[in-house]
Amino acid sequence: MKPTRVTNSIRSLRFAHGEMTQAELAERIGVTRQTVIAIEQGRYSPSLEMAFLIARVLKVPLDEVFHYPDPREE
Amino acid sequence: MTHQEKRAWIMLVVSMAAYAAYAAIIVSRADGQPLPRVPYATVLLWTVGAAIGASIVAETALGVVNPRASRLKDARDRQIGQLGDYVGSSFVVIGATSAMLMAMAGWDRFWIANVIYLCFFLSAILGSITKIIAYRKTFPQW
Repeated sequence: MKPTRVTNSIRSLRFAHGEMTQAELAERIGVTRQTVIAIEQGRYSPSLEMAFLIARVLKVPLDEVFHYPDPREE
Repeated sequence: MTHQEKRAWIMLVVSMAAYAAYAAIIVSRADGQPLPRVPYATVLLWTVGAAIGASIVAETALGVVNPRASRLKDARDRQIGQLGDYVGSSFVVIGATSAMLMAMAGWDRFWIANVIYLCFFLSAILGSITKIIAYRKTFPQW
């Protein structure tokens, strides 16, 4: 078992998107608020479909929401 | 806390209480005589029945206390549920295999029934703890 290396900018994007609450985002993508919290904190990796849904709700491309470290930068 | 996490907590607490009550009653009934002579079947069935009843009552009580709480079950809940069931099922296999070998070796029915009940209990405990850890910490990535 290992923690995910995927990071995300959901928190800052929520605030940039009219200070959307975690509960609002959760309702829009059809998950519990606890799942949004877990994704934001990097404790849970969403499915690709859920990731696209989050990006669509936040009206940004997927790679602005989720980031994966470039091996050349490590 | 999601509804599914609350259910995992209920399962953990109820299973521990039921098995502790069963073990305490059997040990108190033994009173120095060998355990296989203790009448266990009625106690075992009652504690299993009481555990099922207590789980239903506890879940109903949760709904009454907080009727607005979401009962939504999403992909994360399902993944955590499957992980907990997968981990817990190992003890069901261990219990079944142990019971089969004990029956072949001619062990007393008391021990065969109790090793199965013990493994059911350990399965419920391990499965619930796995779910709670997955909810509280990081969902494991392989």
